[in-house]
Amino acid sequence: MSDTTTLTSPAAPAGQAPGRSYRNYGSSLFRRIFVTREMAVIALLAIVIIVASVSVKNFASPITFSYLLLDTTPILLIALPMTLVIITGEIDLSVASMMGLSSVTVGTLTQAGWPIEVAFVVALVVGVIGGALNGFLITVVGLPSLAVTIGTLALYRGLAVGLLGTTAVTDFPKFWTDIAKAKFAATGIPVVIVPFIILAVVFAVLLHFTSFGRGIFAIGLSSEAAAFSGVHVERTKFILFMLTGVVSAFAGIYYTLRFGSARGDNATGLELSVIAAVLLGGVSIFGGRGALHGVIAGVLLIGVLGSALRLANVSSDVINIITGALLVLSVVSTSFLAWARKRRQRRGGTKKTAVSATAG
Amino acid sequence: MLFHNTRPTRRALRAGAIGAMAVSVALVAAGCATTSSTPAASGAATGGSGNYAITFVPKNLGNAYFDASDKGGAAAITEFGGKYSEVGPATASPDAQVSFINTLTQQQVGGIVISANDPKAIGDSLNEARAAGIKVVTFDSDTDPSYRDIFINQASPEGIAKSQVDQIASQIGDTGEIAILSASANATNQNAWIDLMKADLAKDHPNIKLDEVVYGDDDDQTSFDKTAALLQSHPDLKGIISPTTVGIAAAARYLSTSSSKGKVALTGLGTPNQMRAYIADGTVTSFALWNPADLGYLAAYADKALIDGTITGKSGDKFTAGKLGSFTVGDKGTVLLGDPTVFNKANIDQFNF
Repeated sequence: MSDTTTLTSPAAPAGQAPGRSYRNYGSSLFRRIFVTREMAVIALLAIVIIVASVSVKNFASPITFSYLLLDTTPILLIALPMTLVIITGEIDLSVASMMGLSSVTVGTLTQAGWPIEVAFVVALVVGVIGGALNGFLITVVGLPSLAVTIGTLALYRGLAVGLLGTTAVTDFPKFWTDIAKAKFAATGIPVVIVPFIILAVVFAVLLHFTSFGRGIFAIGLSSEAAAFSGVHVERTKFILFMLTGVVSAFAGIYYTLRFGSARGDNATGLELSVIAAVLLGGVSIFGGRGALHGVIAGVLLIGVLGSALRLANVSSDVINIITGALLVLSVVSTSFLAWARKRRQRRGGTKKTAVSATAG
Repeated sequence: MLFHNTRPTRRALRAGAIGAMAVSVALVAAGCATTSSTPAASGAATGGSGNYAITFVPKNLGNAYFDASDKGGAAAITEFGGKYSEVGPATASPDAQVSFINTLTQQQVGGIVISANDPKAIGDSLNEARAAGIKVVTFDSDTDPSYRDIFINQASPEGIAKSQVDQIASQIGDTGEIAILSASANATNQNAWIDLMKADLAKDHPNIKLDEVVYGDDDDQTSFDKTAALLQSHPDLKGIISPTTVGIAAAARYLSTSSSKGKVALTGLGTPNQMRAYIADGTVTSFALWNPADLGYLAAYADKALIDGTITGKSGDKFTAGKLGSFTVGDKGTVLLGDPTVFNKANIDQFNF
């Protein structure tokens, strides 16, 4: 928490960069926790669940949520490190390709007679190496992350498809494929939620309660200021890209076991679902703002919405339109309301702000 | 600075409120639409009790081939008074069908007719559906036999080979030199067909001489070049068979602009939309492919027979499929649609895929 002084002074004048403010310690604890963008997403998620339970048949059953969790687990997993990367103002588009590469790694090694546990470890190492390559090109060579990860998106996917071709490896030990699909008896909660919860806690502590996490926000707000105040900008980014790599590889292993099929085109396009959910969860694409509980709610919101609409026999195209519109709306609303606020400010009326200032 | 900091919270609230309203409206609208449009889904849950709510799951939506097959399925389901619907993913990725199958399990439809994107990835969700009493028929592209009740196979290798030999024989007067333009040299399906064609030629068409088999690798330009080379190296060539949709289209494109147009016959496996222009300008007299509408039609009737309990999917089971007549289930729960449909100037305009 020692770095907070560098964070509360925004680099840009008020009103010009609405996305770049950090938490307002001038207002009460209640307001800081409950009146936030993250809470808005969580409230929206609750509303969607309630409305869907009432109006969509078959929605309000445990099986809906057990399918939902099984289907969204890869997105939930990758969204964790992706949040950290986006808060630093960078982006990683290669995550889904890394999943494919990890899936193919597990597949080819199992096919070649290696024990599957060793194949898992190798796949995770491939994830670390792939992430490190991204990190190297971005921090050491100094290329923009968008360009680098578009390149590695193609590279990792190409390697994955090249290794296995159009064939699929489908023989995996039943023990492991059963674990990937297992549920805690009666509750319908999939077992795979356990590693997710562990990772979620680790990442939440890392981001919100360590000086490393403060550094992440500092980099997103202004990497120069962060560097001058002692944050290892390059090292932090490098570690974050390695984390997205290894978590993507883990998600790839899960994906392989869940569907019992290792293919080069596994998880194609998943990176966009991850990034969409992260942005919907209130993380600023410009960096410097975001929180993990909002992101998790964002992933679940997209998942619940899709699940409810599918149950309501809405076609997949319309579901895409609705999710897309929701995302655009959430981004546009921020800018639109900032503009509206500026207009109101010009006419005066600062009473409320004055009150909250004394309250802090 | 405080201005700057207090406001985002109100902004966030408003953003949330607007979003919540929009989503609620969408969901309520969707919910209303459902309750009025799917009464059948609430009907009998376990199989064998006349729940004819049958859903087609193509590899992906917006694919002309599946539009045609699902239309055939819809026609069949209307005939026996069931309820047809179609759901599917926007892209044909291996796992994309899983969430749709899960949804159908929850909705407790009577039957699922699916073309599998992956023989294994959708297996568990299909088995969960079957455990819930839903009858699963695969068509066009099968899963492992343990995941479905019946597979509707579009055509047998013998039927495909014979249909093409018969067409070329009738077009060149059962005598002369021919060549085959195949896909890649190790394409399993094509090689099996070519072996059967050779046997058929030797047995029933002694006056036709197969000069050469060339491989266009299912690449448009390569196939085009190989066609040109064939015509140069075999000046007396009278016909070409191309048992691949890429090859036949490329060969037709070459022939239509060359001096051999109308002199060298071309047939094989193609889709009507690819070949329409070449049928119209006389480059090609006829070609074949299974009829996807019949495939969907048969799959729907097979699912009905499973729902009725008339058949269980074991070898030797018999059922009738409306206008297509009666069918017998073969090995591994496979039902064969029959010989491919031949497309020519007279009938090509009835097909759109």
